[in-house]
Amino acid sequence: MAGSIQNRDLFLSKIAQKLGHAPKTELTRPTWQYQPQDRVLKGATKDELVEVLVNQCQYIDTEILKTNTANLSDALQKVVENYGGHSVITWKDERFQSYGLSSLMTEQWPQANIQLYEWDSAQPEENIRQAEKANIGITISEITLAESGTAVLFSSKDKGRSVSFLPENSIILIPKSTIVPRMTQAARFISEKIRNGEQIASCINFITGPSNSADIEMIPVIGVHGPIKATYIVIEDR
Amino acid sequence: MSMKTSDEDFQHRLTKELENTFMRGAVSSAQERFQTRRLKQAEELGHWEEWRSHGEEIRKHVLANLDYYLYQLSENVSKRGGHVYFAQTAKEATDYIQRIAKKKNATKIVKSKSMVTEEINLNAALQQLGCEVIETDLGEYILQVDDHEPPSHIVVPALHKNKEQIRDVFKEKQGYEKTEKPEELALYVREKLRNEYLTADIGITGCNFAIAESGSITLVTNEGNADLVTALPKTQITVMGMERIVPTFEEMEVLVGLLTRSAVGQKLTSYITTLTGIRDEGDTDGPEEFHLVIVDNGRSDILGSEFQPILQCIRCAACVNVCPVYRHIGGHTYGSIYSGPVGIILSPLLGGYDDFKELPYASTLCGACTDACPVKIPLHQLILRHRQVIVENEGKAPISEKLLMKAFGLGASSPTLYKMATKMASPAMYPFTKDHKISNGPGPLKAWTEARDFPAPNKDRFRDWFKHHEKGGEE
Repeated sequence: MAGSIQNRDLFLSKIAQKLGHAPKTELTRPTWQYQPQDRVLKGATKDELVEVLVNQCQYIDTEILKTNTANLSDALQKVVENYGGHSVITWKDERFQSYGLSSLMTEQWPQANIQLYEWDSAQPEENIRQAEKANIGITISEITLAESGTAVLFSSKDKGRSVSFLPENSIILIPKSTIVPRMTQAARFISEKIRNGEQIASCINFITGPSNSADIEMIPVIGVHGPIKATYIVIEDR
Repeated sequence: MSMKTSDEDFQHRLTKELENTFMRGAVSSAQERFQTRRLKQAEELGHWEEWRSHGEEIRKHVLANLDYYLYQLSENVSKRGGHVYFAQTAKEATDYIQRIAKKKNATKIVKSKSMVTEEINLNAALQQLGCEVIETDLGEYILQVDDHEPPSHIVVPALHKNKEQIRDVFKEKQGYEKTEKPEELALYVREKLRNEYLTADIGITGCNFAIAESGSITLVTNEGNADLVTALPKTQITVMGMERIVPTFEEMEVLVGLLTRSAVGQKLTSYITTLTGIRDEGDTDGPEEFHLVIVDNGRSDILGSEFQPILQCIRCAACVNVCPVYRHIGGHTYGSIYSGPVGIILSPLLGGYDDFKELPYASTLCGACTDACPVKIPLHQLILRHRQVIVENEGKAPISEKLLMKAFGLGASSPTLYKMATKMASPAMYPFTKDHKISNGPGPLKAWTEARDFPAPNKDRFRDWFKHHEKGGEE
């Protein structure tokens, strides 16, 4: 249902009057004189971008490891153990299965007493309760920005926002195919969707490492409101 | 808190702040760190001037077509189920938000950092209704607990406080029992606020950039607090200054990169979030109801005037971080929520010359701010223009510039400081000195000495020389 718009006409006509033109409701897209963004990491191969990403992670307090589908299950298990196991929340996402994680998640973890909760759109309150008490949240990056070390997450009914915010530890799976040079490419991808009339996710997160603050004497503190620790796992054959 | 943060006059504020030695030390070391990081990021990115020009052309284009972009934004917010309210004045904005709070029977409201909500004095309006309003940005939370102390920096609001003072504030007001270690203080706030997010009725945010093509708002934080403020409460209210808008995601990306580099010297901050309308069907977090309040509050009077370029501002505070006067007097002396060069220009425009007529004189017009600005606002020229307007209106300057410079400790005005500085200058410059000339100076001398030699401070300092010669060499 469309929302209301109040007081618009008067407000905008005042602006137009100050600018010395009649109120506009049409405008052609401008062409910019400067375009410095395409020069950054121009022509870099995927392998080179992976190295840029790995290098950037040392500046954003984030662990990063590279693996492939065959070894992903073991690699993930090690990170989960390292974070103290206990409880994990994930999106409801078929990709976990296609990455060969089913047996880890549904057999190994219960045996090791690690509780798994999968986001369930039919249980709004339980989702938040579980996300709040989970030790680890696991998500998947849709677009990954090498330059800044950023994972881009799109929310949906099966991919709750809270999975990446509330648990103390965050693990983000990064299919190598999602790696692009920088935010420019992600912004273009999203803009193009909008121009094609597609609906974009109500929440798009550009996440770069764990939550942090330097508000006290400019001394960096890791882990303020969101995750305290973060690990990226690059899946090289995806 | 409104624009104006103090009832004391400028000179009293100045005298008080100059005595605050912790603040002065904190500010100068913060300035240095901010500058080093910003310059490093600009260099690493490359073609920085071109980036600045691109930032400038985007901001100028948006301002020249602001009515169109706000029209497009409001259409798109509405399409995604959000309500848009255009508020000409601060009161219209706070009245509208009060009405929502009442309708929702709200008792608890969580907020992420927003300068415009400070500007319209929103917290007071909500507290009037009996709502508890909780700031969630760590710095702002500290100030709020300390009896709503005003911020002293746009990006780091509690910059003027040291960790011992912060520990004592929590101890006195909330019975905090741990140490002054920043990690312990932050962990304490994390635990304290976690439950507030989960039980709040409304989440309120500011807006770094609205995106016209999609009706999205962009929030930039390192703490992730804005994400919790918008993901957990059922109602979200976002308040934006009407100029904080870009055409598409592509321009948002450019400006966010300029903002994070210029503000904190990061390629991107930890959390950059674009939120579009209400939660999607089937979503179980995110707001069920979303209101976007677009605030004019004096901005349209700046449009079309010679001060229009100040509306290009993206609130990075790079100008604050390079300002030699801010370095000496700190944020509170400005008596406004907006401090530093941007505050000098914005405060009289939004809050009137009566309360802020001294501010344009709190500047050496050195132009460091203009050089640092990522969207090329001619800041020092606008400051000078303010002075001209004030003199045209009042017939004279409200304050002696010479006296101010003396109070700021700039120039050779303080005998003790001057003595110390020149005594130290000689040995400190020694490694760079060759034949009594400095040809490869450090820091600010570097640019100068790249082109020419700077005379080395004489061992036989002028004041000593003068003293010596005044007495006819009798010493």
